Amino acid sequence: MAILKCENASFSYDGVCVLEDVDFSLNAGDYLCVVGENGSGKSTLIKGLLSLKAPAKGRIELGDGLRRSEIGYLPQQTEIQRDFPASVREVVLSGCLNSLGGRLFYGEEEKRRARENLERMGVEELKDRSYQELSGGQQQRVLLARALCATKKLLLLDEPVTGLDPVAAGEMYNLIKLVNLCDGISVIMVTHDIHEAVRYATHILHLGHRQLFFGTSAEYKRSALARRFLGGSAV
Amino acid sequence: MSLLSMFSYHFMQRALLVGVLVSLCAALLGVSLVLKRYSMIGDGLSHVGFGALAIASAFHLAPLAVAVPVVVAAAIVLLRIRGSGRVKGDAAIAIISSSALAIGVIVVSVTSGMNTEVSSYLFGSILSLSRGDTVLSVILSLAVIAVFLLLYPRLFAVTFDETFARATGARAELYNTLLAVLTAITVVLGMRMMGALLISSLIIFPALSAMRLCRSFRGVILCAAAISVVCFVLGMAASFAFETPSGASVVVMDLLAFAICSLAGKKN
Repeated sequence: MAILKCENASFSYDGVCVLEDVDFSLNAGDYLCVVGENGSGKSTLIKGLLSLKAPAKGRIELGDGLRRSEIGYLPQQTEIQRDFPASVREVVLSGCLNSLGGRLFYGEEEKRRARENLERMGVEELKDRSYQELSGGQQQRVLLARALCATKKLLLLDEPVTGLDPVAAGEMYNLIKLVNLCDGISVIMVTHDIHEAVRYATHILHLGHRQLFFGTSAEYKRSALARRFLGGSAV
Repeated sequence: MSLLSMFSYHFMQRALLVGVLVSLCAALLGVSLVLKRYSMIGDGLSHVGFGALAIASAFHLAPLAVAVPVVVAAAIVLLRIRGSGRVKGDAAIAIISSSALAIGVIVVSVTSGMNTEVSSYLFGSILSLSRGDTVLSVILSLAVIAVFLLLYPRLFAVTFDETFARATGARAELYNTLLAVLTAITVVLGMRMMGALLISSLIIFPALSAMRLCRSFRGVILCAAAISVVCFVLGMAASFAFETPSGASVVVMDLLAFAICSLAGKKN
């Protein structure tokens, strides 16, 4: 069953179209990597999926009871966050914001969820540490735990390994795959790293101001587009 | 003259009461503003406040009744400009604040002449608080503190990561506006005592000092609130003892606190 359906969606800024005719669907448990060069419309698509930007044409529909506010989003880090004075516990707990409803403060249920997700990401011993003192890899795990607090069904990850060393990046990829396989949480990941994308993802969406390819990883590997994008090297 | 005798003066009691509450508000809001890189908004708003007070006094209107709505409106405009990305945010603040200052100076000089009143607007005076002002200040600052405490989880989420908060359904725009409005009210309340040129330090200093010492958001907020109140009281005491201007004395205390916190933070 499709939990997300993008039907001929186009996006424009000030009347200039930046991304045209994106048409794909995501089933529960899928792992979709969105690839493409800089400026190909990947960030715009993310904004669209999060309803932060409305499509100029077409539509994006959620299914399987998934609500707009229940997508676990892992944004790219901003300058503000790197030196932000906050404990790991505070950061992860803020992922439960969408379950507050009309209440003013987090309850036991949210605190339990935050604890569980810290454990899931293997960073529970960091809970009282300050976020700004953590390594890049640890910070990303904390943000992934926060994203997991916000969702039970779909993670949306915006270049989650950018700036990480190869070891930390590998660990991050494995954690994401684990969450996808063990908890059945669908994943949409924007990435530059095409080799890792075809290795981990079940589906690939290749953008270049429009949809150049959508299909399974296996199909993508055989496509002429992949060969060109990979610079002729074998996948 | 004993230092304790300062508590026996009516105007001092008023000034201390309003000052402590405004210091608390400023410190709470300051942490969010500094972290969101909105520090200059506080500064810009105080200049707008100066213009509004000058006009109110020229037309013999109640100063707070004029200044609060004007500065709140300015805060919302500044936030919009910053968000739209069309005009550079800091340039926009500079334009608005210097224009308001210029208009204020002209209004004052045409009506009452450049006299002690201007100086008291710019650098503050504890004698400027009337009884009505005091009551209004106490109510407004209690409201600011209550709103901040009750919305704490939401304000944290929006301060730490606005995009994430918006993606998970938080009305970030609303909370940003709320922050700006609360800041506007705090700036106006504190301005008459601290002065238009000095009030922004009440917002920025405690937050910066607390960040040198604490590593969690809650810790920074509590620490900033404590530093802010202590510095205010010490500043007033110093002003009373050495007959120095009150606003400037408080700022110097904040500067000292910042220096001490920076040193202590380095040692850790």
